Amino acid sequence: MATPLLSVRDLVVEFPTRRGTLRALDHVSFDIAEGEVLGMVGESGAGKSLTGAAIIGLLEPPGRIAGGEIWLRGERIDNLPPEKMRRVRGRRIGMVFQDPLTSLNPLYTVAQQLIETIRTHVDVSEKEARKRAVGLLDRVGIPAAARRIDDYPHHFSGGMRQRVVIALALAAEPELVIADEPTTALDVSVQAQIIDVLKEICAERGASVMLITHDMGVIAETADRVAVLYAGRMAEIGPVRDVIQAAEHPYTVGLMGSIPTLTQTADRLTQIPGAMPRLNAIPQGCAFNPRCKEVFNRCLVERPELIARGGKRHVACWLYEPMKEAFDV
Amino acid sequence: MSDVLLSVEGLTRRFDVSKPFLNRVFEREERQFLTAAADVDFEIRKGETFALVGESGSGKSTIAKMIVGLLEPSEGEIRFDGKVMDFASGAAMRALRRRFQMIFQDPFASLNPRWRVGDIIAEPIRTFGLMRGAAIGREVGRLLDLVGLSASDAEKFPHEFSGGQRQRIAIARALSSRPEFIVCDEPTSALDVSVQAQILNLMRDLQDEFGLTYLLISHDLSVVRHMSNRIGVLYLGRLVEVAEAKKLFLDPQHPYTRMLLDAVPDLALSGRRRVPVEGEIPNPINPPPGCAFHPRCPHVMDVCRRTIPDPRETDSGTAACHLLTGQPVKAAV
Amino acid sequence: MSDITPKPDPNAFARAWDSDIAWSFRHSPLAIFAALTSLIIIFAAIFAPWLAPHDPFNPASLNLMDGFTPPMEPNQFTGNVYWLGTDNQGRDVFSTILYGARISLFVGFMAVLFAMVLGITLGLIAGYRGGWVDSVLMRVADVQLTFPSILLALLIFGVARGFIPPAYREAMAIWVLIVAIGLSDWVQYARVVRGATMVEKSKEYVQAARVIGAHPVKILIRHILPNVMGPVLVIATIGLALAIIAEATLSFLGVGVPPTQPSLGTLIRIGQGFLFSGEWWILLFPAITLLALALSVNLLGDWLRDALNPRLR
Repeated sequence: MATPLLSVRDLVVEFPTRRGTLRALDHVSFDIAEGEVLGMVGESGAGKSLTGAAIIGLLEPPGRIAGGEIWLRGERIDNLPPEKMRRVRGRRIGMVFQDPLTSLNPLYTVAQQLIETIRTHVDVSEKEARKRAVGLLDRVGIPAAARRIDDYPHHFSGGMRQRVVIALALAAEPELVIADEPTTALDVSVQAQIIDVLKEICAERGASVMLITHDMGVIAETADRVAVLYAGRMAEIGPVRDVIQAAEHPYTVGLMGSIPTLTQTADRLTQIPGAMPRLNAIPQGCAFNPRCKEVFNRCLVERPELIARGGKRHVACWLYEPMKEAFDV
Repeated sequence: MSDVLLSVEGLTRRFDVSKPFLNRVFEREERQFLTAAADVDFEIRKGETFALVGESGSGKSTIAKMIVGLLEPSEGEIRFDGKVMDFASGAAMRALRRRFQMIFQDPFASLNPRWRVGDIIAEPIRTFGLMRGAAIGREVGRLLDLVGLSASDAEKFPHEFSGGQRQRIAIARALSSRPEFIVCDEPTSALDVSVQAQILNLMRDLQDEFGLTYLLISHDLSVVRHMSNRIGVLYLGRLVEVAEAKKLFLDPQHPYTRMLLDAVPDLALSGRRRVPVEGEIPNPINPPPGCAFHPRCPHVMDVCRRTIPDPRETDSGTAACHLLTGQPVKAAV
Repeated sequence: MSDITPKPDPNAFARAWDSDIAWSFRHSPLAIFAALTSLIIIFAAIFAPWLAPHDPFNPASLNLMDGFTPPMEPNQFTGNVYWLGTDNQGRDVFSTILYGARISLFVGFMAVLFAMVLGITLGLIAGYRGGWVDSVLMRVADVQLTFPSILLALLIFGVARGFIPPAYREAMAIWVLIVAIGLSDWVQYARVVRGATMVEKSKEYVQAARVIGAHPVKILIRHILPNVMGPVLVIATIGLALAIIAEATLSFLGVGVPPTQPSLGTLIRIGQGFLFSGEWWILLFPAITLLALALSVNLLGDWLRDALNPRLR
């Protein structure tokens, strides 16, 4: 296979505090292929949004990248000077955030914001940029785009605003779009529309997507592969169908069982006891060991690395260590 | 039919959203009202879980707040165990108040950060004067135990707990006055899924143990489906459909219910092709005339634009849609 | 109370030492310096009768021959040496400063306390009740804010003088001063408390208390008040500095405390009469003390505001 579009290797993000340094991301590695949609799931505090922020170089201080590398199409981007990183952001990586109100400037019309973004990154005339902007808005499903483009963000409803944000993220034709909880602030009936638009327009333009969400349903419908984060570490990564229907990591198994669905009939949901550890109290060995049903001695002392399980699947769990069968005999 | 514990009739709440008086005079604007709940009728039977689902602006939280007395209804009547709830009469309400409780959405806001957990849980016991002295401490320990925490947690402050544990504390507080009826306003929407499962299971167990009746407010259809016996679907302040939970999901009668079900992402990866939902919720200050859902409805007829449909009997309950031909619930006046 | 009410934690001190606010204090040299300065002045003021080498208000102990002694120099007639010199009546400047700071601080603390109690009460009521009660209280506050507070204090002072019989004027002056400064200062407490109360009352823990029918007064005092005190303490600290200065200003203008009980402001007023005749110390030392006190309390307030503001951390 060709080089992946995005390659994250052993990414470590730390927050120095006065009580010691907290490790919020601990040796996270994954790739995103050209045109692929990678879903990133995890509970709050698992580090999924931080991963996105680290990639686009927008970590909130005092957070910092303390190790690892991030490569965008063969070019290392985690150590770029801020000036160069700014050009990568927007031009090559587009962003869609949870709250559409904060990602649009309330003082400028949608046209002004779109045209400025297009002209910052692509060398076109004002007129051409406006034509492209109208085309984009039309594409993301804004009715009467040519007229509504001159409206201010507050003239749009929540769902329409998120469509504008998607148009803005795609204005410079980026190679990668990072969408951080793009539907969380929206109503159920609007969520599906937004996910559809995001998925279609990215596919059309060949942009890869990193979709960060806590909603497994959204991942199931959108992603090609899914990465499961737990306490800042990668627990499992693989094709979405495999992970959702036959999860291997005990955490993912528990997570899937705990989601009520419209079709299930069980009286009780499977539940994982306890809660994810705070960053200052991550246990030795596997971070999941206090809550794991399958825990054994090795989990308590040694941290499992991602183990290849065939078919692009990787699981960080000692249950799947090739040598384990040998030990058991 | 089993006994009705709570019934709501013609419940309506209007909010005055007018601009200040001087602005109205200068800008020549009328007073504006937002009708958050309009003419809502339903009954909750003893021991069941009745759910109200709806999107933002549907009025589900407004209805919950009116039932527990946090908001005064503009019109309509709430009866609890046959008695009309009149929150203005303090003395008469005291005995009734002990019998219902509420669990809130945000466990980070629902516990006073300056109070110890033991005092938080004991507040209803002290307010209703149910116990005194050392008995309160023992009861708090028992309640903490009941919700899966330990009696020694009574000494701690809320910030020492995770979101899920805080919601357990909130549940212990709600149970401390030994209520029969608990209004649960989005009890898990601020929690992660794995914690949500713990809380939902706990609520189930407590219901079985104490014969509790729940009113569950949620926007999450999967949660509602899992928890409830009967479901009311709200759209822009009106109840569009009420049905038994299982039947609602198999055979939704109202087009809005069907649309809402279609919008739920499919975790089973069955390849079910979802019908994309059209449009968004209109501004509740100026709802569309007639049936409020008509601008988004795929089956819209002329009559829908003019008259508000009355609820009619269906196989599974009632629904308010001009397409339906069942018996009207209320006799025409 | 029951057995679940707070027991004193054996590690209460260790916990307080480790808290964020203590940490922030330990790492702010300015805050430590300001705290030390104010503590020294407050301590010296409280224990003035034991610390002061002379009693400046006991006419029997005064010797007019000692008048105008420069600092650290022997008096030309009596040979007595005073650290900071003496004034025209032979009073030891150092001692008058200690006694003056005592009165300034007393007036400052009492005025802040008065303003706080009034402002918090009205702020809680306005924020919790809302509606017309809120409108009326806040309009009164708005109107009051349009007057400079020193003018308002002068007005109150003047009106009070008209009411109080001359025989009591002297004794009542200090209380009139406290009320005057306090009344001109309550608005900011009321505004802050009202805003914080409106935020807190919409929180779910207050709703939970309302669902069980808890009495509004109980909700205000037990639930809301402890949660709005943070910002109040910040204004109170800065307010203390302002009240001390307001007292000094009023005393300087001659409408403050009677000359028999001079505060720092009175001392400055007396001292400025001698500035041009060469006896600079009578003015300079009280002025430096007032400056040090007001500045250090103000710095403490600034630090406290930053330390309590989670956004700046």
